[in-house]
Amino acid sequence: MRTALFCVILLVLAGGLLLMATDLSFGHPLRSDMDDYFIRHGQYQTGVNNIVTSIVFDFRGFDTLGEATVLFTAVLGVGLMFRKLHSGEEYEND
Amino acid sequence: MKMTKIVRTTADAFYPFCLVFGLYVVTHGHLTPGGGFQGGAVMATGTALLIVSRSYREITGRLRQTMLKLCEAFGLMLFLLAGLQSLANARPFLGNWLTQTGGFVGSVVSYGPNPGSLDTGGLVPLLNVGVGLEVFGGLTLIILCMLSGIKEDRP
Repeated sequence: MRTALFCVILLVLAGGLLLMATDLSFGHPLRSDMDDYFIRHGQYQTGVNNIVTSIVFDFRGFDTLGEATVLFTAVLGVGLMFRKLHSGEEYEND
Repeated sequence: MKMTKIVRTTADAFYPFCLVFGLYVVTHGHLTPGGGFQGGAVMATGTALLIVSRSYREITGRLRQTMLKLCEAFGLMLFLLAGLQSLANARPFLGNWLTQTGGFVGSVVSYGPNPGSLDTGGLVPLLNVGVGLEVFGGLTLIILCMLSGIKEDRP
């Protein structure tokens, strides 16, 4: 009984959220100063034809360095996790 | 655990094409959709295909873990050093000091829609290559490490 009630409430909430989301106008942000700046000056300032890449690797290059570091740390973690398994006699690689 | 001959042959046939397409996505990152992350993931898909079709013992002869580790570390170091190099040229960290100078990867681009040239973008193609190397090495290393944890029945 309680589970059914919970499900109904969840359904109503999800439906309401979906209804509210359809009212939002897509593609018309309130403030578009930043976007306009990137679109107008991105190619001229960075010399890159791909605006997305010019933002990711030039205007927000430090953020990309962080992403690359996250991947590096993830690989480090996986390597640590499987370290014991192939340090034994069976899987001695290279 | 070894797949059938059909799977192994198909993986062998697809492997170079995956690498070449990934390399294309990486090097054209500043002109077409894609970039270091996406291209590196495509290249890692090629090696993943090779890895899942073979046993761990068989694959370590072709893909050495030290090579992949070197690849990954070199990619990240390339990124960092390119960023530090712009400090030496009196620009902010990761400031694009190579672009539009007329030198290496510094051709002047014409404003507006144009097909573009590989020789533009300054620091961006170098960073793309660095990130591509890092993602390729990293993802392949993750798959290889996880494969090493699987218990295989001895042939």
